[in-house]
This record gives sequence, structure tokens and C-alpha cells, in this order.
Amino acid sequence: MTASTDRPVDWPKVRLHVVTGKGGTGKTTVAAALALALATSGRNVLLCEVEGRQGIARMFDIDPLPYEERRIAKGAPDADGRAGQVHALHIDPESALLEYLSMYYKLGRAGKALDRIGAIDFATTVAPGVRDVLLTGKIYEAVQRPRGGRHKDQVTYDAVVLDAPPTGRISQFLGVNSELAGLAKVGPIKSQADKVMELLRSPRTAVHVVTILEEMPVQETSDGIAELRAAGLPVGGVVVNLVRPQELSPSALALVRDDAVDPTAVTSDLTRARVDVDAGLVESLVAEARDHAVRRQLEDEQRALVAAEGVPTYELPRLAGGIDQGALVELAQLLRLQGMA
Amino acid sequence: MKITPMSTTPATTASSRPAAAPVLDIDALLDDRSTEIIVCCGAGGVGKTTTSAALALRAAERGRKVVVLTIDPARRLAQAMGIEQLDNTPRPVPSVGADAGGSLDAMMLDMKRTFDEVVESQASPEKARQILENPFYVALSSSFAGTQEYMAMEKLGQLHRQALADGRYDLIVVDTPPSRSALDFLDAPERLSSFLDGRLIRLLVAPARGPARLMTAGFSVVTNALAKILGGQMLKDVQTFVTALDTLFGSFRQRADKTFALLQADATSFVVVAAPEPDALREAAYFVERLTDDDMPLAGLVVNRASPSARTALSAEAAITAADRLQQGDSSSVTAGLLRLHADRVRIIEREQHLRERFAAAHPKVPTAVVPAMASDVHDLDGLRAIGESLARQS
Repeated sequence: MTASTDRPVDWPKVRLHVVTGKGGTGKTTVAAALALALATSGRNVLLCEVEGRQGIARMFDIDPLPYEERRIAKGAPDADGRAGQVHALHIDPESALLEYLSMYYKLGRAGKALDRIGAIDFATTVAPGVRDVLLTGKIYEAVQRPRGGRHKDQVTYDAVVLDAPPTGRISQFLGVNSELAGLAKVGPIKSQADKVMELLRSPRTAVHVVTILEEMPVQETSDGIAELRAAGLPVGGVVVNLVRPQELSPSALALVRDDAVDPTAVTSDLTRARVDVDAGLVESLVAEARDHAVRRQLEDEQRALVAAEGVPTYELPRLAGGIDQGALVELAQLLRLQGMA
Repeated sequence: MKITPMSTTPATTASSRPAAAPVLDIDALLDDRSTEIIVCCGAGGVGKTTTSAALALRAAERGRKVVVLTIDPARRLAQAMGIEQLDNTPRPVPSVGADAGGSLDAMMLDMKRTFDEVVESQASPEKARQILENPFYVALSSSFAGTQEYMAMEKLGQLHRQALADGRYDLIVVDTPPSRSALDFLDAPERLSSFLDGRLIRLLVAPARGPARLMTAGFSVVTNALAKILGGQMLKDVQTFVTALDTLFGSFRQRADKTFALLQADATSFVVVAAPEPDALREAAYFVERLTDDDMPLAGLVVNRASPSARTALSAEAAITAADRLQQGDSSSVTAGLLRLHADRVRIIEREQHLRERFAAAHPKVPTAVVPAMASDVHDLDGLRAIGESLARQS
């Protein structure tokens, strides 16, 4: 499959793609596919994770990622066969804090002392919001990096994709800076938080929500979108993941649902296709199709709810073989065909 | 809406479980009077809350006096259980079958209120007010990543003490928060209490403790550095907060230790919940290992959302070949569609089975129960009963 270059991209101005979603919806898969989709025509994309899961390393079947940008994969090629590069970064708050300290302060021995008495642990795990501002601060740095980097060997990125915390925590994670601003009224953490917030609320950011076509995830998507809007954060698209195969046309589905499939016709088809056929086989196939039809109908109900959110939506199929790198490229192409990248 | 499993064909379900995994006997676990606490844990999105509620309901209808502590149930399930109001007190669940002499109460955890109650019960009214009003406390008690886990365990401890005292419950079922990772749930209580008891706090409260401890070299280095990073005002808030909380340190640690011991006791059983997906099973494996390392009593693994098994033995390859043949003549052939659907179903089941077998090979002693995916979300007691039924029916 080759992506057409004609399709206008829905998010041309966006530099930071934040991908969230309920647990179990395949948020990391979608973030990885989006990064591959954006990494075309020689572009560099950074894929970040912040939850310490090493989900990216697993997805691409590589060693656990350090706190260091690494080139991990070639992107999905464009119509002329030109790909870009996907880099990955695993951001942990401890490393981010130490880097932050060494970047802005000459703490020297005090830094070590802080670590020894547990202040680093304190700042990164207990102090409300400091952890999140460190994580988003590092992402901010990658997005805002000047052309040519801050030092040689540093890559400048055309886009950054963040595999973000789940929908239930996303507004807090991104909006935490305003919460923090209430606590830290002045000081460097506060001004850092303000700068990050400005980026997050700007049109250069889009927060995409991943869902599957089931009741709870769709409900959570709708709640999440409302919450993001209330927090003044830019809502991107909804990616509907793990969509069931569409092997039956609407008319065939209707036949199945109405119990109107003609067993004699199926039997003769199967015989023609040289399948060892008996009544039990036909009955089983039709019964399986009925199970499928029930679920397709439930999916359609949920699909209508997703559409009612009024944001661009993209659909990705559930792949029977699971997710490997080949599958990710396939999903990336599908995202591009639909104009997400 | 009536919920039923999509399909169960005895011939194929029997062979769809990896031979190595022993079966988790849910009814034996629920009926065993020495089981006083069941903790459901696992990755987010695997149906932990539903599993806990289904176990609690089944236990109650089999004669246990049960309370279920849920963290964040779906709205309609909460309504069905009569707990849409978050008041931190167990309420009786309506329409639970009482023929066997059991009962079911349910509650939803309000972590901030639980935290407030701990403070209020431990400090003088004057001091409690100081703590509760501190902006740092407000943030810590409502948004610190580990607070929810800590408070879930605190509430469990409270319910257990109450159960021992008045005999109102003989089984507590606990749902665990959707942690960032498996680690959080077991480690957060310890982490929070060791923070509150830690050297940093000692240093920060040092000035309040009198001149003897005042201004060690370490202290000024640290506070100066913290003031630089956080700003002076925030540091002052932190200091006021920890000073006020000072008297509570000991009791926090004590409580965390007690809860940990309670979790290790024989009366507790952990049920690890997963879905037949690589990530969820990896987290489950991690949990199983961690529980074993910490001597926590593991009852077994529940694999939710298993795809329905195929209704016929036709292989995926044969189905695809036949579908290709039919579509050469007629691209819109309905029979070809049926065959492709069947092939997809077989492939998914084979993949899930393979994942479960891998888990079983690595953890051969973990009893397992497999629950087929329901056609839609569970939001009433009938749905929970159906889940409980299929948890118990593992032939």
C-alpha cells in the first residue's frame, strides 16, 4: 500500500502530537504508528514515553531505552519511496530533574546531597506536579529545539509524538502546570511551567484520543474531550483502534441479522470451493457470523457517538496476527491515507 | 440489557486452555471461610473492577457477608450497585439474593476524604485544621500518584478492623487503582510512609525541633538548593506542612507496615486479572513474580475478555483458500465473507491461546480461569452474575 500525497494533512501546524486513551485501547501502538506515519520524506520524528513502561522498546523489539534520544526505525515511505527517521526517548523524572539542575544551576555537591537525602525522590514522586512538569519540560525542550540543535549531534525534530498517560489522567498531566503555579508562585519551576503551558495550549499541540468501539472507552473519550476543552487544551482527532474486520457488506450483515441466509446456497458455494461440507459446518459459519453481526451493531452505535464529538476520526483495524513492526508500518500507511499525517 | 457470553462450544473450550495451567476454582476460594480478603490487581483496562464486583456478588449469593471496595467503576455499574454517590461509606447493594444468608455492601473510594480522616483521627483538632488547610496537603492528598493506592490500602485496613470488631463482614473484596505500573500498588504505601518518615523531612522540620538540631551544614545546602528550584514560598509551604504533620509520621509508618502484614497473611488472596494481550499478560507475569517474592498469597490468574472460540474445526488456511476461490467468481460472495470471518476468529483464538500457553509455561503453578468477552459492557447485577457464572464454570 502506498500513501497518496494528494490527501491534505489534517494537522499541518502541529509539532507536538499527544496521544492518550483508556488503558487497553492500544495507545502505544497508535503513538508508534503515528510517529512512523509522520516520519516521511526525510523528516525526523521523536517518539517519547513518560510512564516508565518501556512500551516503545517492546513494540519495536529493541533493548530498553535509556534517557537518551535513539534512532529506532525508518518511517513509512512516501509515494516516491522516501522515508524519514523515528527516534525514541524514554523520559524518567529523576534523569529529567538531574539534567534540569545541571542545565540551569551549578549545584555541584549540593545535587549529590539532594539525591542522598531523598530530595530527588521527593521532588519527582511526592511534590505535587513537579514530576509532571519535569516530564513535559523535557518534551518542551525537544519541540522547541532550534534548527541545528543546541550542540552538535543533536537532532532537530519536525514533529514530536508523546505516548501520554491515559485519558483519566491526561488533563491533570498536561494541565498540572497551572495547578503547580498555585503552589509555586514564583521561582524557576513556575516560569518553566508557564512556558510549557503556553506550548500545550497553542495550535502547535494536538491531543489525540485513542478509543475502541466499546461503551466505557467511548464514554471516557467523550469525558476526556470535554475535560481537555475545559482546560483549554487543543483537542486533536479520535483514533478508533481495533476495529473488527469488515468482511460482510451491510446487506450481507442484514441478511445474517435477520436469519435470512440461505443454507442451501452456502452449501453449494462451499462445495464449489471444494470444502468438505455438512449441515453442521454451514450452521456454525452462520452462527459465527451472527455473533459478529451483534458486535458490529454495537460498534456502529458507539461509532455514532464518536462521530457526535465533532472531531476528525481515524480508524485502524484489529490485526489478527497482533502487532509487530510490519504491522506498525501498515497502520502508519492507513493513518496517512486518512489524512492524520 | 441481558448479557450473555457470545459462544461456548464445549468441544473447543476444553482444548483451548493450555494443558499446563491448573484451573482456578473460584467457588472453592469464595466458599473458604478462611478467605477474608480478596485483592484484585492487574493492568488498566482488563476489567478489574468488573471482576471484583462479580466475585463479591457471587460470594454474597453463596452466603458470605461481603463488602466490595471499588476505585473507579463505570457510571452505570456504580448506579446498579447503588454507589454513584461518593461518600466513603459502604452501602447495601439492592436486589442481592439473600437465600444463602449472605449480604453485599459496596463503596467507592474517596481518597481525599480517607486521607482527611486519617489526619483527623491522629491529630488534635487544632493541628488537623492546620494540616487540612495547607495548600501542599491539598495537592498531596488529591493528586500525588501514590496517594490513591495508599488510601485504598488504608481503607482496607479500616474495613478489616471493623469486620473483626463487629462481625458485619466476613469477606472484603478490593479493587486496586489503575496504577501506572504494577509496582505502584505494592510500593506506594511504603514510598509515601518512608517519604514522610525520611531524612529530607527530618531536615525540613529540624528548625521546629529546637536549636540543637538547627542549621547543620547539610540542612542549609539542601534548603538553599530547594529554594532555588521550587521558589521560597513553596518551600515554606512544605515546611509548614511537614511541621504540622510531624506528629503523624510514626502512625503513618505503623499503618503502612500493618497493612503490608495484613496483605501477607493467609486470610488474604490475590487474584491477578489480565486480558489475552501481550502487555496485560506481561504485567500479570510481573505481578505474579512480585507477589511470590513478597510472600503474598496468590490465588490465581483471571484472563478476561477472551475471544469466543470457533464453532467449527475448519482451519483458517482452508477457510481463506476457499474464500479466495469463491471471490474469483463473485467478489461480493456472502459465503466468502462467512469464511473470512471464521478465519479471523480462528487466528485470534490461536494467538490468544499461544499467549496464555506462554504465560503458563513460565508460571506453571498459577491456577487460571478464562472468561469469554461479553457482547457489551456489564452494567447490572445480571451481567455481574453472568461473569461470576463463567468464572466458576471452567470445565
